[in-house]
Amino acid sequence: MDHAERDPVTGRMTTGHEWNGIEELDTPVPRVVLFFLAAATLFAIGYWLLMPAWPLGWTYTKGLLGIDQRQVVTQQVQEAAAERASWTSRIEQTSFAEIAADPALMRHVRDTGRTLFADNCGVCHGTDGKGGPGYPNLASGAWLWGGDPETIAQTIRVGINSTSKDTRAAQMLAFGRDGVLDRAQVLAVTAYARSLSGQTLLEAEQARLPAGKEVFAANCVACHGTEGKGMRDLGAPDLTDTVWTYGGDAQSVYASIHSGRQGHMPHWEGRLSAAEIKLLALYVGTLKEGAR
Amino acid sequence: MPNFHRKLERSAIGFVLAIIGVSAIGGFVEIAPLFTIQETVEKAPDMRVYTPLETAGRNIYIREGCYACHSQMIRTLRDEVERYGPYSLAVESQYDKPMLWGSKRTGPDLARVGGKYSDQWHVAHLINPRAVVPQSVMPKYGWLMRTELNTADLGQHLAAQRKLGVPYTETQIANASADAYGQASPDSPYAGGVGERYGEATNVRAFDGEPGRLTEMDALVAYLQVLGKLTDAAHKQTAATGK
Repeated sequence: MDHAERDPVTGRMTTGHEWNGIEELDTPVPRVVLFFLAAATLFAIGYWLLMPAWPLGWTYTKGLLGIDQRQVVTQQVQEAAAERASWTSRIEQTSFAEIAADPALMRHVRDTGRTLFADNCGVCHGTDGKGGPGYPNLASGAWLWGGDPETIAQTIRVGINSTSKDTRAAQMLAFGRDGVLDRAQVLAVTAYARSLSGQTLLEAEQARLPAGKEVFAANCVACHGTEGKGMRDLGAPDLTDTVWTYGGDAQSVYASIHSGRQGHMPHWEGRLSAAEIKLLALYVGTLKEGAR
Repeated sequence: MPNFHRKLERSAIGFVLAIIGVSAIGGFVEIAPLFTIQETVEKAPDMRVYTPLETAGRNIYIREGCYACHSQMIRTLRDEVERYGPYSLAVESQYDKPMLWGSKRTGPDLARVGGKYSDQWHVAHLINPRAVVPQSVMPKYGWLMRTELNTADLGQHLAAQRKLGVPYTETQIANASADAYGQASPDSPYAGGVGERYGEATNVRAFDGEPGRLTEMDALVAYLQVLGKLTDAAHKQTAATGK
Protein backbone atom coordinates (compact mmCIF):
# COMPACT_ATOMS: atom_id res chain seq x y z
CA MET A 1 0.00 0.00 0.00
CA ASP A 2 3.12 2.06 -0.13
CA HIS A 3 2.76 3.86 -3.42
CA ALA A 4 -0.53 2.56 -4.81
CA GLU A 5 -1.44 4.77 -7.69
CA ARG A 6 -3.80 4.77 -10.64
CA ASP A 7 -2.40 3.31 -13.84
CA PRO A 8 -2.89 5.89 -16.55
CA VAL A 9 -3.49 3.34 -19.37
CA THR A 10 -6.12 1.03 -17.80
CA GLY A 11 -7.42 3.34 -15.11
CA ARG A 12 -6.93 0.61 -12.47
CA MET A 13 -4.99 0.83 -9.21
CA THR A 14 -1.55 -0.79 -8.92
CA THR A 15 -0.45 -3.03 -6.03
CA GLY A 16 2.00 -0.39 -4.90
CA HIS A 17 5.04 -2.60 -5.38
CA GLU A 18 7.72 -1.75 -7.84
CA TRP A 19 10.47 -4.08 -9.09
CA ASN A 20 13.10 -2.51 -11.30
CA GLY A 21 10.56 -0.08 -12.54
CA ILE A 22 7.91 -2.74 -13.21
CA GLU A 23 4.63 -2.28 -11.41
CA GLU A 24 1.70 -4.69 -11.08
CA LEU A 25 -1.96 -3.98 -11.64
CA ASP A 26 -4.22 -4.86 -8.71
CA THR A 27 -6.96 -6.39 -10.88
CA PRO A 28 -9.83 -7.75 -8.79
CA VAL A 29 -11.12 -11.32 -9.31
CA PRO A 30 -13.74 -11.23 -12.09
CA ARG A 31 -17.31 -11.22 -10.83
CA VAL A 32 -18.25 -14.29 -12.83
CA VAL A 33 -15.67 -16.37 -10.92
CA LEU A 34 -17.09 -15.18 -7.63
CA PHE A 35 -20.56 -16.03 -8.90
CA PHE A 36 -19.61 -19.61 -9.75
CA LEU A 37 -17.76 -19.95 -6.45
CA ALA A 38 -20.93 -18.95 -4.65
CA ALA A 39 -23.05 -21.25 -6.81
CA ALA A 40 -20.72 -24.20 -6.15
CA THR A 41 -20.85 -23.52 -2.42
CA LEU A 42 -24.64 -23.47 -2.45
CA PHE A 43 -24.70 -26.71 -4.46
CA ALA A 44 -22.35 -28.31 -1.93
CA ILE A 45 -24.60 -27.32 0.96
CA GLY A 46 -27.61 -28.78 -0.84
CA TYR A 47 -25.65 -31.96 -1.56
CA TRP A 48 -24.58 -32.29 2.08
CA LEU A 49 -28.20 -32.19 3.13
CA LEU A 50 -29.51 -34.60 0.52
CA MET A 51 -26.74 -37.20 0.25
CA PRO A 52 -24.65 -39.16 2.77
CA ALA A 53 -21.86 -36.70 3.57
CA TRP A 54 -20.53 -35.68 6.96
CA PRO A 55 -18.90 -37.97 9.50
CA LEU A 56 -20.22 -37.65 13.05
CA GLY A 57 -17.77 -39.70 15.09
CA TRP A 58 -19.32 -43.19 15.17
CA THR A 59 -21.82 -42.58 12.39
CA TYR A 60 -22.43 -40.17 9.53
CA THR A 61 -25.23 -38.04 8.08
CA LYS A 62 -27.38 -40.29 5.91
CA GLY A 63 -28.86 -37.51 3.76
CA LEU A 64 -32.51 -36.62 3.33
CA LEU A 65 -32.88 -38.68 0.11
CA GLY A 66 -31.66 -41.83 1.85
CA ILE A 67 -29.63 -42.91 -1.19
CA ASP A 68 -27.23 -45.84 -0.78
CA GLN A 69 -24.99 -46.84 -3.72
CA ARG A 70 -25.26 -50.51 -2.90
CA GLN A 71 -29.04 -50.45 -2.80
CA VAL A 72 -29.09 -48.44 -6.03
CA VAL A 73 -26.96 -50.94 -7.93
CA THR A 74 -28.83 -53.92 -6.49
CA GLN A 75 -32.09 -52.33 -7.55
CA GLN A 76 -30.76 -51.57 -11.03
CA VAL A 77 -29.67 -55.17 -11.46
CA GLN A 78 -33.05 -56.39 -10.25
CA GLU A 79 -34.91 -54.00 -12.56
CA ALA A 80 -32.83 -55.13 -15.52
CA ALA A 81 -33.54 -58.74 -14.60
CA ALA A 82 -37.25 -57.97 -14.34
CA GLU A 83 -37.14 -56.37 -17.78
CA ARG A 84 -35.58 -59.51 -19.22
CA ALA A 85 -37.90 -61.74 -17.21
CA SER A 86 -40.46 -61.79 -20.02
CA TRP A 87 -38.19 -64.18 -21.91
CA THR A 88 -35.67 -65.42 -19.28
CA SER A 89 -38.50 -66.98 -17.28
CA ARG A 90 -39.57 -68.86 -20.40
CA ILE A 91 -36.01 -70.05 -20.92
CA GLU A 92 -35.91 -71.24 -17.33
CA GLN A 93 -39.22 -73.07 -17.48
CA THR A 94 -39.49 -74.55 -20.97
CA SER A 95 -37.55 -77.51 -22.25
CA PHE A 96 -34.58 -77.22 -24.58
CA ALA A 97 -36.56 -78.62 -27.51
CA GLU A 98 -39.37 -76.09 -27.07
CA ILE A 99 -36.94 -73.17 -26.85
CA ALA A 100 -35.10 -74.34 -29.95
CA ALA A 101 -38.40 -74.43 -31.82
CA ASP A 102 -39.28 -70.86 -30.81
CA PRO A 103 -37.60 -68.34 -33.17
CA ALA A 104 -38.28 -65.36 -30.89
CA LEU A 105 -36.62 -67.05 -27.92
CA MET A 106 -33.73 -68.24 -30.03
CA ARG A 107 -33.10 -64.65 -31.11
CA HIS A 108 -32.65 -63.74 -27.45
CA VAL A 109 -30.38 -66.76 -27.05
CA ARG A 110 -28.17 -65.58 -29.91
CA ASP A 111 -28.07 -61.92 -28.78
CA THR A 112 -27.46 -62.47 -25.09
CA GLY A 113 -25.48 -65.65 -25.62
CA ARG A 114 -22.85 -63.84 -27.65
CA THR A 115 -22.05 -61.47 -24.77
CA LEU A 116 -22.20 -64.17 -22.10
CA PHE A 117 -20.00 -66.45 -24.17
CA ALA A 118 -17.43 -63.72 -24.85
CA ASP A 119 -17.27 -62.71 -21.18
CA ASN A 120 -16.94 -66.20 -19.78
CA CYS A 121 -16.09 -68.83 -22.39
CA GLY A 122 -14.39 -66.90 -25.18
CA VAL A 123 -10.98 -66.57 -23.54
CA CYS A 124 -10.40 -70.33 -23.93
CA HIS A 125 -12.78 -71.42 -26.69
CA GLY A 126 -12.35 -68.23 -28.73
CA THR A 127 -15.07 -65.63 -29.23
CA ASP A 128 -16.17 -67.59 -32.33
CA GLY A 129 -16.11 -70.87 -30.37
CA LYS A 130 -13.47 -72.39 -32.62
CA GLY A 131 -11.15 -73.16 -29.73
CA GLY A 132 -7.39 -73.37 -29.95
CA PRO A 133 -4.54 -75.70 -29.02
CA GLY A 134 -5.81 -77.52 -25.92
CA TYR A 135 -9.26 -75.92 -26.00
CA PRO A 136 -11.96 -77.83 -27.88
CA ASN A 137 -13.58 -76.40 -30.98
CA LEU A 138 -17.28 -75.95 -30.18
CA ALA A 139 -18.20 -75.03 -33.73
CA SER A 140 -16.98 -78.24 -35.33
CA GLY A 141 -19.78 -80.59 -34.36
CA ALA A 142 -17.25 -82.98 -32.81
CA TRP A 143 -18.14 -83.40 -29.15
CA LEU A 144 -16.16 -84.99 -26.34
CA TRP A 145 -19.09 -85.42 -23.97
CA GLY A 146 -22.03 -84.97 -26.31
CA GLY A 147 -23.56 -82.04 -28.14
CA ASP A 148 -27.22 -82.05 -27.17
CA PRO A 149 -28.20 -79.04 -25.03
CA GLU A 150 -28.83 -81.13 -21.88
CA THR A 151 -25.32 -82.59 -22.03
CA ILE A 152 -23.67 -79.25 -22.80
CA ALA A 153 -25.54 -77.65 -19.88
CA GLN A 154 -24.29 -80.43 -17.60
CA THR A 155 -20.71 -79.91 -18.81
CA ILE A 156 -20.97 -76.17 -18.14
CA ARG A 157 -22.49 -76.81 -14.73
CA VAL A 158 -19.90 -79.24 -13.34
CA GLY A 159 -16.89 -78.64 -15.59
CA ILE A 160 -14.27 -81.17 -16.65
CA ASN A 161 -11.58 -82.23 -14.19
CA SER A 162 -12.74 -79.26 -12.15
CA THR A 163 -12.95 -78.68 -8.40
CA SER A 164 -16.69 -79.41 -8.36
CA LYS A 165 -17.52 -82.63 -6.56
CA ASP A 166 -19.73 -83.74 -9.48
CA THR A 167 -17.13 -82.92 -12.09
CA ARG A 168 -16.78 -84.83 -15.31
CA ALA A 169 -13.41 -86.56 -15.15
CA ALA A 170 -11.25 -87.73 -17.99
CA GLN A 171 -7.58 -88.39 -18.39
CA MET A 172 -5.47 -89.60 -21.26
CA LEU A 173 -2.73 -91.63 -19.58
CA ALA A 174 0.93 -90.87 -20.16
CA PHE A 175 1.67 -94.17 -21.91
CA GLY A 176 5.23 -93.28 -22.83
CA ARG A 177 6.32 -91.32 -19.79
CA ASP A 178 4.87 -93.82 -17.33
CA GLY A 179 6.52 -96.74 -19.13
CA VAL A 180 3.38 -98.54 -20.31
CA LEU A 181 4.63 -98.42 -23.92
CA ASP A 182 8.17 -98.15 -25.20
CA ARG A 183 9.23 -95.63 -27.80
CA ALA A 184 8.71 -97.95 -30.77
CA GLN A 185 5.22 -98.81 -29.58
CA VAL A 186 4.28 -95.14 -29.12
CA LEU A 187 5.57 -94.39 -32.62
CA ALA A 188 3.60 -97.31 -34.03
CA VAL A 189 0.33 -96.37 -32.37
CA THR A 190 0.86 -92.74 -33.37
CA ALA A 191 0.90 -93.82 -36.99
CA TYR A 192 -2.14 -96.04 -36.48
CA ALA A 193 -4.10 -93.28 -34.71
CA ARG A 194 -3.33 -90.88 -37.53
CA SER A 195 -4.41 -93.43 -40.12
CA LEU A 196 -7.87 -93.63 -38.52
CA SER A 197 -8.74 -90.14 -39.73
CA GLY A 198 -7.44 -90.88 -43.21
CA GLN A 199 -4.34 -88.71 -43.01
CA THR A 200 -1.60 -89.27 -45.58
CA LEU A 201 1.19 -91.18 -43.89
CA LEU A 202 4.86 -91.34 -44.69
CA GLU A 203 6.27 -94.68 -45.85
CA ALA A 204 7.95 -95.24 -42.53
CA GLU A 205 4.65 -94.67 -40.76
CA GLN A 206 2.83 -97.06 -43.02
CA ALA A 207 5.34 -99.74 -42.14
CA ARG A 208 4.42 -99.31 -38.47
CA LEU A 209 0.67 -99.70 -39.00
CA PRO A 210 0.35 -103.45 -38.22
CA ALA A 211 2.25 -103.06 -34.95
CA GLY A 212 0.29 -99.93 -34.18
CA LYS A 213 -3.00 -101.72 -34.66
CA GLU A 214 -1.98 -104.32 -32.07
CA VAL A 215 -0.91 -101.70 -29.55
CA PHE A 216 -4.15 -99.83 -30.15
CA ALA A 217 -6.26 -102.93 -29.55
CA ALA A 218 -4.41 -103.69 -26.35
CA ASN A 219 -4.30 -100.21 -24.82
CA CYS A 220 -6.63 -97.70 -26.44
CA VAL A 221 -9.92 -99.40 -27.22
CA ALA A 222 -11.17 -99.25 -23.62
CA CYS A 223 -11.76 -95.53 -24.04
CA HIS A 224 -11.52 -94.76 -27.74
CA GLY A 225 -13.49 -97.83 -28.86
CA THR A 226 -12.50 -100.62 -31.24
CA GLU A 227 -12.97 -98.36 -34.25
CA GLY A 228 -11.42 -95.32 -32.56
CA LYS A 229 -14.71 -93.46 -32.61
CA GLY A 230 -14.35 -92.40 -29.00
CA MET A 231 -16.80 -92.72 -26.10
CA ARG A 232 -18.82 -89.77 -24.97
CA ASP A 233 -19.53 -91.27 -21.56
CA LEU A 234 -15.81 -91.12 -20.85
CA GLY A 235 -15.06 -87.91 -22.74
CA ALA A 236 -12.77 -89.87 -25.05
CA PRO A 237 -12.41 -88.11 -28.41
CA ASP A 238 -13.32 -89.58 -31.77
CA LEU A 239 -10.03 -90.26 -33.57
CA THR A 240 -11.62 -90.84 -36.96
CA ASP A 241 -12.68 -87.25 -37.60
CA THR A 242 -10.43 -84.36 -38.60
CA VAL A 243 -11.00 -82.33 -35.44
CA TRP A 244 -8.01 -82.36 -33.06
CA THR A 245 -7.92 -80.56 -29.73
CA TYR A 246 -4.16 -81.00 -29.28
CA GLY A 247 -3.19 -81.24 -32.96
CA GLY A 248 -3.30 -84.15 -35.38
CA ASP A 249 0.23 -83.98 -36.80
CA ALA A 250 2.63 -86.79 -35.92
CA GLN A 251 4.51 -84.78 -33.31
CA SER A 252 1.37 -83.64 -31.45
CA VAL A 253 -0.19 -87.10 -31.46
CA TYR A 254 3.09 -88.58 -30.26
CA ALA A 255 3.20 -86.00 -27.44
CA SER A 256 -0.38 -86.81 -26.44
CA ILE A 257 0.34 -90.53 -26.25
CA HIS A 258 3.72 -90.13 -24.59
CA SER A 259 2.85 -87.54 -21.92
CA GLY A 260 -0.91 -87.90 -21.67
CA ARG A 261 -3.50 -85.15 -21.67
CA GLN A 262 -5.86 -83.84 -19.05
CA GLY A 263 -7.88 -80.82 -20.04
CA HIS A 264 -9.50 -78.68 -17.39
CA MET A 265 -12.74 -76.78 -17.66
CA PRO A 266 -13.90 -74.87 -14.57
CA HIS A 267 -17.41 -75.49 -13.25
CA TRP A 268 -19.76 -72.57 -13.73
CA GLU A 269 -22.52 -73.49 -11.30
CA GLY A 270 -22.50 -70.75 -8.67
CA ARG A 271 -20.81 -68.25 -10.97
CA LEU A 272 -23.56 -68.30 -13.60
CA SER A 273 -27.28 -68.64 -12.89
CA ALA A 274 -29.27 -71.70 -14.01
CA ALA A 275 -30.93 -69.64 -16.74
CA GLU A 276 -27.59 -68.34 -17.98
CA ILE A 277 -26.18 -71.88 -18.17
CA LYS A 278 -29.25 -73.03 -20.07
CA LEU A 279 -28.96 -70.11 -22.44
CA LEU A 280 -25.25 -70.78 -23.02
CA ALA A 281 -25.91 -74.46 -23.72
CA LEU A 282 -28.32 -73.41 -26.48
CA TYR A 283 -25.97 -70.73 -27.74
CA VAL A 284 -23.09 -73.20 -28.01
CA GLY A 285 -25.38 -75.32 -30.16
CA THR A 286 -25.79 -72.41 -32.60
CA LEU A 287 -22.03 -71.88 -33.02
CA LYS A 288 -21.87 -74.50 -35.76
CA GLU A 289 -24.18 -72.43 -37.98
CA GLY A 290 -21.78 -69.52 -37.76
CA ALA A 291 -18.80 -71.73 -38.59
CA ARG A 292 -20.23 -72.86 -41.87
CA MET B 1 -11.82 -10.09 4.38
CA PRO B 2 -9.72 -8.89 1.39
CA ASN B 3 -7.50 -7.08 3.87
CA PHE B 4 -7.10 -10.20 6.02
CA HIS B 5 -6.10 -12.22 2.96
CA ARG B 6 -3.75 -9.49 1.85
CA LYS B 7 -2.02 -9.69 5.20
CA LEU B 8 -1.97 -13.50 5.27
CA GLU B 9 -0.52 -14.00 1.82
CA ARG B 10 2.34 -11.68 2.65
CA SER B 11 3.45 -13.75 5.64
CA ALA B 12 5.27 -16.79 4.27
CA ILE B 13 5.12 -18.97 7.39
CA GLY B 14 1.57 -17.94 8.24
CA PHE B 15 0.39 -18.75 4.73
CA VAL B 16 2.09 -22.20 4.75
CA LEU B 17 0.46 -23.00 8.09
CA ALA B 18 -2.91 -21.87 6.75
CA ILE B 19 -2.52 -24.15 3.69
CA ILE B 20 -1.60 -27.12 5.91
CA GLY B 21 -4.56 -26.37 8.15
CA VAL B 22 -7.05 -26.19 5.28
CA SER B 23 -5.82 -29.34 3.54
CA ALA B 24 -5.83 -31.22 6.87
CA ILE B 25 -9.59 -30.71 7.00
CA GLY B 26 -9.94 -33.00 3.99
CA GLY B 27 -7.89 -35.73 5.64
CA PHE B 28 -9.66 -35.33 8.94
CA VAL B 29 -13.11 -35.48 7.41
CA GLU B 30 -12.44 -38.24 4.87
CA ILE B 31 -9.85 -40.53 6.48
CA ALA B 32 -10.18 -40.29 10.26
CA PRO B 33 -13.85 -41.38 10.39
CA LEU B 34 -12.99 -44.63 8.57
CA PHE B 35 -11.36 -45.77 11.81
CA THR B 36 -14.30 -44.85 14.03
CA ILE B 37 -17.35 -45.73 11.91
CA GLN B 38 -18.02 -49.45 12.44
CA GLU B 39 -19.75 -50.20 9.13
CA THR B 40 -16.75 -49.07 7.02
CA VAL B 41 -15.34 -52.59 7.06
CA GLU B 42 -17.83 -55.45 7.12
CA LYS B 43 -17.30 -58.60 9.16
CA ALA B 44 -15.95 -61.81 7.68
CA PRO B 45 -14.88 -64.08 10.54
CA ASP B 46 -14.39 -67.09 8.23
CA MET B 47 -11.97 -65.31 5.90
CA ARG B 48 -8.65 -67.06 5.49
CA VAL B 49 -5.23 -65.48 5.02
CA TYR B 50 -3.07 -65.87 1.90
CA THR B 51 -0.85 -68.95 1.92
CA PRO B 52 2.91 -68.38 1.55
CA LEU B 53 2.74 -69.39 -2.14
CA GLU B 54 -0.15 -66.97 -2.76
CA THR B 55 1.75 -64.25 -0.89
CA ALA B 56 4.73 -64.87 -3.17
CA GLY B 57 2.39 -64.65 -6.17
CA ARG B 58 0.98 -61.42 -4.83
CA ASN B 59 4.49 -60.01 -4.54
CA ILE B 60 5.13 -60.97 -8.17
CA TYR B 61 1.83 -59.33 -9.15
CA ILE B 62 3.09 -56.14 -7.50
CA ARG B 63 6.65 -56.50 -8.91
CA GLU B 64 5.40 -56.88 -12.49
CA GLY B 65 2.99 -53.98 -12.08
CA CYS B 66 -0.13 -55.97 -12.96
CA TYR B 67 -2.17 -53.44 -10.97
CA ALA B 68 -1.25 -50.80 -13.54
CA CYS B 69 -3.71 -52.36 -16.00
CA HIS B 70 -5.92 -54.62 -13.87
CA SER B 71 -8.16 -53.43 -11.05
CA GLN B 72 -9.31 -55.68 -8.22
CA MET B 73 -12.34 -53.65 -7.33
CA ILE B 74 -15.79 -54.33 -8.72
CA ARG B 75 -17.60 -51.02 -8.44
CA THR B 76 -21.27 -50.57 -7.59
CA LEU B 77 -22.19 -50.25 -11.25
CA ARG B 78 -24.68 -52.48 -12.99
CA ASP B 79 -22.42 -53.43 -15.90
CA GLU B 80 -19.56 -54.44 -13.59
CA VAL B 81 -21.81 -56.42 -11.26
CA GLU B 82 -23.41 -58.27 -14.19
CA ARG B 83 -20.05 -59.03 -15.77
CA TYR B 84 -17.80 -59.82 -12.79
CA GLY B 85 -20.12 -60.71 -9.92
CA PRO B 86 -21.01 -59.06 -6.59
CA TYR B 87 -19.44 -55.64 -5.96
CA SER B 88 -16.28 -55.65 -3.85
CA LEU B 89 -16.47 -55.13 -0.10
CA ALA B 90 -13.82 -53.45 2.01
CA VAL B 91 -13.47 -56.57 4.15
CA GLU B 92 -12.35 -58.60 1.13
CA SER B 93 -9.14 -56.55 1.09
CA GLN B 94 -8.56 -56.67 4.83
CA TYR B 95 -5.46 -58.86 4.39
CA ASP B 96 -4.25 -56.98 1.30
CA LYS B 97 -1.43 -54.85 2.63
CA PRO B 98 -1.08 -52.78 0.55
CA MET B 99 -4.44 -53.09 -1.20
CA LEU B 100 -4.38 -53.60 -4.98
CA TRP B 101 -7.73 -52.10 -5.95
CA GLY B 102 -6.21 -50.12 -8.81
CA SER B 103 -8.12 -47.68 -10.95
CA LYS B 104 -6.68 -48.25 -14.43
CA ARG B 105 -8.88 -50.73 -16.25
CA THR B 106 -7.03 -51.59 -19.45
CA GLY B 107 -7.56 -55.29 -18.79
CA PRO B 108 -10.52 -56.90 -17.07
CA ASP B 109 -11.10 -56.63 -13.34
CA LEU B 110 -9.51 -59.53 -11.45
CA ALA B 111 -11.29 -59.29 -8.09
CA ARG B 112 -13.21 -62.54 -8.74
CA VAL B 113 -11.04 -64.26 -11.34
CA GLY B 114 -10.21 -67.14 -8.97
CA GLY B 115 -11.57 -70.41 -10.38
CA LYS B 116 -12.93 -68.73 -13.49
CA TYR B 117 -10.30 -70.17 -15.83
CA SER B 118 -8.11 -73.25 -15.67
CA ASP B 119 -4.49 -73.28 -14.49
CA GLN B 120 -3.39 -74.33 -17.97
CA TRP B 121 -5.15 -71.33 -19.43
CA HIS B 122 -3.43 -68.94 -17.00
CA VAL B 123 -0.03 -70.47 -17.79
CA ALA B 124 -0.57 -70.31 -21.57
CA HIS B 125 -1.95 -66.78 -21.25
CA LEU B 126 0.93 -65.49 -19.12
CA ILE B 127 3.55 -67.03 -21.44
CA ASN B 128 1.91 -65.47 -24.48
CA PRO B 129 -1.48 -63.76 -24.13
CA ARG B 130 -1.97 -63.74 -27.92
CA ALA B 131 -1.86 -67.55 -27.98
CA VAL B 132 -5.26 -67.74 -26.33
CA VAL B 133 -6.76 -64.24 -26.76
CA PRO B 134 -5.75 -62.99 -30.23
CA GLN B 135 -6.85 -59.39 -29.61
CA SER B 136 -4.99 -59.05 -26.28
CA VAL B 137 -2.55 -56.17 -25.71
CA MET B 138 -1.03 -57.70 -22.55
CA PRO B 139 2.78 -58.17 -22.44
CA LYS B 140 4.31 -61.65 -22.28
CA TYR B 141 5.56 -62.98 -18.94
CA GLY B 142 7.25 -66.15 -20.17
CA TRP B 143 10.20 -65.93 -17.79
CA LEU B 144 7.93 -66.67 -14.83
CA MET B 145 7.88 -70.27 -16.06
CA ARG B 146 11.69 -70.41 -16.20
CA THR B 147 12.43 -68.66 -12.91
CA GLU B 148 12.64 -70.70 -9.72
CA LEU B 149 10.65 -69.18 -6.89
CA ASN B 150 12.67 -67.88 -3.99
CA THR B 151 10.98 -69.37 -0.93
CA ALA B 152 13.72 -68.76 1.62
CA ASP B 153 12.37 -65.40 2.80
CA LEU B 154 8.65 -66.19 2.73
CA GLY B 155 8.54 -66.62 6.51
CA GLN B 156 9.81 -63.08 6.86
CA HIS B 157 7.19 -61.83 4.41
CA LEU B 158 4.51 -63.46 6.54
CA ALA B 159 6.03 -61.99 9.71
CA ALA B 160 6.01 -58.53 8.13
CA GLN B 161 2.36 -58.99 7.16
CA ARG B 162 1.62 -60.00 10.74
CA LYS B 163 3.14 -56.75 11.97
CA LEU B 164 0.63 -54.97 9.72
CA GLY B 165 -2.26 -56.88 11.27
CA VAL B 166 -2.68 -60.07 9.23
CA PRO B 167 -3.28 -62.87 11.75
CA TYR B 168 -0.55 -65.36 10.80
CA THR B 169 0.32 -67.87 13.50
CA GLU B 170 3.80 -68.89 14.62
CA THR B 171 3.47 -72.30 12.92
CA GLN B 172 2.36 -70.69 9.67
CA ILE B 173 5.41 -68.43 9.72
CA ALA B 174 7.78 -71.25 10.72
CA ASN B 175 6.51 -73.54 7.91
CA ALA B 176 6.21 -70.85 5.23
CA SER B 177 8.88 -72.19 2.87
CA ALA B 178 7.74 -75.81 3.18
CA ASP B 179 4.09 -74.84 2.67
CA ALA B 180 4.96 -72.84 -0.44
CA TYR B 181 6.62 -75.93 -1.91
CA GLY B 182 3.87 -78.26 -0.73
CA GLN B 183 1.02 -76.24 -2.21
CA ALA B 184 2.44 -76.66 -5.72
CA SER B 185 3.55 -80.30 -5.20
CA PRO B 186 0.45 -82.31 -4.29
CA ASP B 187 2.35 -85.61 -4.13
CA SER B 188 5.11 -84.37 -1.84
CA PRO B 189 5.13 -84.92 1.93
CA TYR B 190 4.85 -81.14 2.40
CA ALA B 191 1.40 -80.93 0.78
CA GLY B 192 -0.58 -82.17 3.79
CA GLY B 193 0.46 -79.32 6.08
CA VAL B 194 -0.96 -76.69 3.72
CA GLY B 195 -4.54 -77.88 4.18
CA GLU B 196 -3.96 -78.28 7.91
CA ARG B 197 -2.77 -74.71 8.36
CA TYR B 198 -4.87 -72.86 5.75
CA GLY B 199 -8.05 -74.93 5.46
CA GLU B 200 -8.94 -77.94 3.35
CA ALA B 201 -10.49 -75.74 0.64
CA THR B 202 -7.02 -74.43 -0.26
CA ASN B 203 -5.94 -75.22 -3.83
CA VAL B 204 -3.10 -77.73 -3.68
CA ARG B 205 -1.91 -78.66 -7.17
CA ALA B 206 0.91 -78.19 -9.66
CA PHE B 207 -0.27 -74.80 -10.89
CA ASP B 208 2.27 -74.54 -13.71
CA GLY B 209 1.77 -78.15 -14.78
CA GLU B 210 5.22 -79.27 -13.59
CA PRO B 211 4.93 -80.93 -10.17
CA GLY B 212 8.64 -81.20 -9.43
CA ARG B 213 9.60 -77.56 -9.86
CA LEU B 214 8.46 -74.52 -7.90
CA THR B 215 8.46 -71.55 -10.27
CA GLU B 216 7.26 -67.98 -10.11
CA MET B 217 4.49 -69.14 -12.46
CA ASP B 218 3.25 -71.50 -9.73
CA ALA B 219 3.07 -68.61 -7.29
CA LEU B 220 1.33 -66.14 -9.58
CA VAL B 221 -1.27 -68.65 -10.80
CA ALA B 222 -1.92 -69.79 -7.21
CA TYR B 223 -2.54 -66.15 -6.31
CA LEU B 224 -4.82 -65.52 -9.30
CA GLN B 225 -6.81 -68.68 -8.56
CA VAL B 226 -7.63 -67.52 -5.02
CA LEU B 227 -8.75 -63.97 -5.89
CA GLY B 228 -12.29 -63.50 -4.61
CA LYS B 229 -12.23 -66.92 -2.93
CA LEU B 230 -10.95 -66.01 0.56
CA THR B 231 -14.44 -65.22 1.84
CA ASP B 232 -17.99 -65.33 0.49
CA ALA B 233 -18.97 -62.17 2.40
CA ALA B 234 -19.75 -60.31 -0.84
CA HIS B 235 -22.23 -62.95 -1.99
CA LYS B 236 -23.97 -62.88 1.40
CA GLN B 237 -24.06 -59.08 1.38
CA THR B 238 -25.63 -58.95 -2.08
CA ALA B 239 -28.24 -61.49 -1.07
CA ALA B 240 -29.06 -59.45 2.05
CA THR B 241 -29.31 -56.13 0.14
CA GLY B 242 -31.57 -57.71 -2.47
CA LYS B 243 -34.25 -58.52 0.07
